[in-house]
Amino acid sequence: MANLQSDFVGIKSPNPFWLASAPPTDKEYNVRRAFEAGWGGVVWKTLGSEGPPVVNVNGPRYGAIFGADRRLLGLNNIELITDRPLEVNLEEMARVKRDYPDHAVVASVMVPCEEDEWKRILPMIAETGCDGFELNFGCPHGMAERGMGSAVGQVPEYIEMVARWCKEATDLPVIVKLTPNITNILRPAEAALRGGADAVSLINTINSITNVNLDMMSPEPMIDGKGTHGGYCGPAVKPIALNMVAEIARNPETARLPISGIGGITTWRDAAEFMALGAGNVQVCTAAMTYGFKIVQEMISGLSQWMDEKGYESTADFVGMATPNVTDWQYLNLNHITKAEINQDDCISCGRCYAACEDTSHQAIAMSEDRVFTVKNDECVACNLCVNVCPVEGCITMRTLEPGDMDERTGTPVVADYGNWTQHPNNPMAKAAE
Amino acid sequence: MSNTPFSEGIQSGRLKPAELAENFGDLHPRLDDHEALVAADRCYFCHDAPCMTACPTDIDIPLFIRQISTGTPEAAAKTIFSQNILGGMCARVCPTETLCEEVCVREVAEGKPVEIGRLQRFATDVLVDTGEHPFERAEATGKKIAVVGAGPAGLSAAHRLAGYGHDVTVYDARAKAGGLNEFGIAAYKSVDSFAEREVDWLLKIGGITVETGKALGDGLSLDALQAENDAVFLGIGLGGVNALGVDGEDKDGVDDAVDFIADLRQAKELGTLPIGRDVVVIGGGMTAVDAAVQAKLLGALNVSLVYRRGKDRMNASEFEQDLAASSGVRIITNASPKAVIGNGAVREIEFEYTDDDLKPTGQTVRLPADQVFKAIGQTLEGDGLPDLERGKIAVDGTGRTSVEGIWAGGDCATGGDDLTVTAVAEGRDAAEDINAHLSA
Repeated sequence: MANLQSDFVGIKSPNPFWLASAPPTDKEYNVRRAFEAGWGGVVWKTLGSEGPPVVNVNGPRYGAIFGADRRLLGLNNIELITDRPLEVNLEEMARVKRDYPDHAVVASVMVPCEEDEWKRILPMIAETGCDGFELNFGCPHGMAERGMGSAVGQVPEYIEMVARWCKEATDLPVIVKLTPNITNILRPAEAALRGGADAVSLINTINSITNVNLDMMSPEPMIDGKGTHGGYCGPAVKPIALNMVAEIARNPETARLPISGIGGITTWRDAAEFMALGAGNVQVCTAAMTYGFKIVQEMISGLSQWMDEKGYESTADFVGMATPNVTDWQYLNLNHITKAEINQDDCISCGRCYAACEDTSHQAIAMSEDRVFTVKNDECVACNLCVNVCPVEGCITMRTLEPGDMDERTGTPVVADYGNWTQHPNNPMAKAAE
Repeated sequence: MSNTPFSEGIQSGRLKPAELAENFGDLHPRLDDHEALVAADRCYFCHDAPCMTACPTDIDIPLFIRQISTGTPEAAAKTIFSQNILGGMCARVCPTETLCEEVCVREVAEGKPVEIGRLQRFATDVLVDTGEHPFERAEATGKKIAVVGAGPAGLSAAHRLAGYGHDVTVYDARAKAGGLNEFGIAAYKSVDSFAEREVDWLLKIGGITVETGKALGDGLSLDALQAENDAVFLGIGLGGVNALGVDGEDKDGVDDAVDFIADLRQAKELGTLPIGRDVVVIGGGMTAVDAAVQAKLLGALNVSLVYRRGKDRMNASEFEQDLAASSGVRIITNASPKAVIGNGAVREIEFEYTDDDLKPTGQTVRLPADQVFKAIGQTLEGDGLPDLERGKIAVDGTGRTSVEGIWAGGDCATGGDDLTVTAVAEGRDAAEDINAHLSA
């Protein structure tokens, strides 16, 4: 069986599945249950400065959006960092680490942007025996108003500065957690690298309003008639997170920066996808908050089975394997031609492909009187919308035309050569090989 | 009153009131809000959906289900009622398993259709329970229309015509409007006086007068109706019951299933209704199943449903057949009644087995019976009606009969199956044609 043992910037854990810094990791009680359930590590709920802890709202902290059958697709929260005294958290972390020496316990930290603050607190936390630090430069609500969280993560200079302070203050690995609430994820990642960070973790949550209460005319979650933007997470944010992970992994300046992948990871497959794009391990929150800690059992069994099937012996064997295939649009092969194909045995005749194609795309699906749906090859541009709206998985697929095959839409045969936009005659900037 | 299912003869009070109440409870209770959302989420919102095509009233099913799933069941109900004003009753009695749900793509894909009937019940109940009527009557036209028969066809026609501003008088032979909805459907399909409440709600459109106790030949004549009105719609149903045509048919204890069903629906106390110990129902349609199942639920010890052809030829849907079987009704097929045996009252009934072409096989069987219900079809009654065709009033696609100014629809007219939903469609379409005719 595949070995799921994980070593992320020197932090070892029995598997690459960590619980992200969030409500599930706020207490010894939860973390012990998580480790018993099979989680490889935790990033403890973010610790703040000594003294009176922050307070949370006493109304709803979460809002959500749902798919069919009320399946939770996106969660938003306005909870702050831990609202328990620092010393209580530190005592609990020390006890947990003592009892679970093989599991990863990473401390998430957020204190004001002052050198003393960071340099005083890290050694104090290190006494718990924790395995490393994660600098919370990501939370977009509440703490950002006080100059912390994403307020730091949005200024690359601050990221670099604080990362440097932290590396000066500890020998333990320092991971910088990035906010996605920026225009280009490379700038903060590069800053973390310059500051000496050992890794980045991403993404933190996205600024969001999940719903509007139409009776009260207030955003949700609503506190006494008012709402504020919260941090959005869950399956709905996975595509955004995957892209940001890939951008960092394929950027030559940051390619060597280890990544802990976060963002909507719910199943083993999600985890494998993040890792294939370059994440050394993954962190999970919303899925656990939706279904409980037990989901890790599926993640472990699923990843093991897939690795066995593929012949991967350790996770390092496939981490980053998909990264080289992430490219710019201009380098996509314009001579690669596919056509949608509907498997009539699988088709249940719902007609959604027809409605989508006829109303919103290329009028490339024909519908017969007896509800047989077929692709018109002379109209199909292979946009894939029919595949995406079909309720039966695998019923509609994209068939690749072979060189020499006629593309009925253009009336020209498929050529074997690779040809992209940079070479295309329609491109005024083309460097034609003339 | 200490009768039990074992008591001989035709007796009342075989079961305790609590058992009867349980037996005659709602067959498919209304979905609660959560169940409705879960069920609605399964709809794929198909293009040109097969369920719509299968519905005789062409209800926009994907749209109304989407309206349920977005928290607007009242709008869903209006979508339903705009096509089928008796959508509440149809949600209860439609054989959905042979109509919309049979062709649902999820039935095709998984063998489990979207629960269209129950979703329709949910939406229509929400609106009917508010007591509000969602349609407004157009300005009065001064035109008068007589509708004969206050069943599904007549009520549907009356509502549509009243909506156009015409003045409608609906006549019915019975003391109560509703027709088969009120008198001809198993009690467990329409509990809590739903048929009556639905009629009251439907009449809120205004412009409809109901006169009960009047039928053609009994206080009404077609000539007079035509003379006094701008148009006449006949939705008089099938008043006659086919006879078995065998010896002994006149013996006591041999009754019409439709009368039994009507008595049951109107009974205030089910415990006062007499039922035999050994009951035999003859027929293979919905009426036969309704009678057989209800006989069993009333406490009959043995109930057999005997049909002269094979199971696959029964008019009762597979769901209805299964309902009968699971209620403890024994279904016997390929057997024709030969003689009713007894001294004054029925004691046994003899059947002869037949092959699929109804050819007698010579083999016979006698079933003990102290009560026999005939449910082998109904016939049109009345003199001086427009031209008939195969025993029904001949109509074209819009309900026009052979007589200018007279339209007909529902079971009494040709075209379509004898279903509530078909009657509603025919009444509605005839009303559209009448309105077009009067407005021309």
